[in-house]
Amino acid sequence: MIETFFNVEIMRAASPILLQGLGSTIVLSLLVVPLGFLGGAVLAVLSTVRNPWLRWPLMAWVDFFRAFPPLVLLIFLYAALPFAGIEFGAFGCVAIGFFLNTGAYYGEILRAGIESIPAGQSEAARSTGLSRVQTMAYVVLPQAVRNVLPDLVSNTLEVMKLTSIASVVALPELLFQARQAQSVTYNPTPIVVAAIAYFLLLWPLVRVVSRLENRAIAGRR
Amino acid sequence: MTGWDRFADTFLNPTVMAKYLPAIVDGFFLTVWLAVLVVIAGVAAGLGLAVVRSLGFRPLNWLIVFLVDVFRALPPLVIIVLVYFGLPSMDVSLSPFAATWLSLALVLMAFTEEIFWAGITAVPKGQWEAARSTGLSFGKTLGWVVLPQAIRLTIPPLTNRTIAITKGTALGSVIGLSEILSQASSGVSHSFNPSPLTLGAAAYLVLFLPVVIAGRWVETRFAWKR
Repeated sequence: MIETFFNVEIMRAASPILLQGLGSTIVLSLLVVPLGFLGGAVLAVLSTVRNPWLRWPLMAWVDFFRAFPPLVLLIFLYAALPFAGIEFGAFGCVAIGFFLNTGAYYGEILRAGIESIPAGQSEAARSTGLSRVQTMAYVVLPQAVRNVLPDLVSNTLEVMKLTSIASVVALPELLFQARQAQSVTYNPTPIVVAAIAYFLLLWPLVRVVSRLENRAIAGRR
Repeated sequence: MTGWDRFADTFLNPTVMAKYLPAIVDGFFLTVWLAVLVVIAGVAAGLGLAVVRSLGFRPLNWLIVFLVDVFRALPPLVIIVLVYFGLPSMDVSLSPFAATWLSLALVLMAFTEEIFWAGITAVPKGQWEAARSTGLSFGKTLGWVVLPQAIRLTIPPLTNRTIAITKGTALGSVIGLSEILSQASSGVSHSFNPSPLTLGAAAYLVLFLPVVIAGRWVETRFAWKR
């Protein structure tokens, strides 16, 4: 069993490409997390505008991308759009797919955060002479983020895990490299190693999320 | 041909759609069946683990916490690939359906355990003590006093998590499970036309849009006043 799942020779042979994959996974996360967060912040701020012609389309947008499995979105961008002459390449598709999908999730979380801030806060800020934008940026958003921090961190964890679907469009991140190594060696060791790498990378974040969430549920009582 | 005609002919081609509709409908029902089985197994196992954890047996609890952490930290796709390509080396071969079901159920189990456990710990200790002192057994206290209160607290996070994980059924396409995405993709490569994917995307919306909207409703319905 150790021969099969923890084959040292295969580990040694596969470690350079696995490390490279791990590097790509980290870089990819560092790219798609801020991208999704930015998209979400824009959606959330726009949803505070009290105009039904903006509110309903925004809500539909968010629900649409929350209902769509991210892998389906990615495959659609990667395999269907080229028929219309639109090609983004694997990396572009991943970036756009994540922007749309995780942006919707971050947007929904931030919207809940903004709605949790009493109207008196922005009224007070406005009456001290801050502009609308300043009120949003310096008064409402900081408190909103604080209120929904557990959900934001938890979503970030999910986004980092989700980068593994980029393997499906042949982006050489950790899972893709592991599967390449596995198919060359006919041995599951590279996938086991990749799983351990994911675990070590994300475990600290899991602990943080679990702490924050427990506190949030207990506080809701 | 105008631009719209060309677009419609490419993405909404009626002949191609008619040809692959039956396959996508099959994929649709397979996805629904898989999702139902994942939810039943995952929620039941998660609740079971949370109840075991409430017994307060230390070494067992560490094991549960570790297990939960593992399945929360690993991307579901990695688990699916590991189960499908790894287990045959131990002479346990699972079908793509069984492998996807097992993987997603384990992930849902981990999240459910965590959520139920948070709910159970949120019930004040006085409730336990009062129930026990009126003569209820441990099991009865848990079942009739603590869990009903805990479950109410956990419904919104649980709904969201369940929706997110059932959407993971699409990941089964990676190991050749013939669910919606996989049927649609093979339709595209057979017909050299993306219409099957449009149809597949529509199938996912038909399936999940009502669920997402229902989830929104559940969230407001069970919202807790601060």
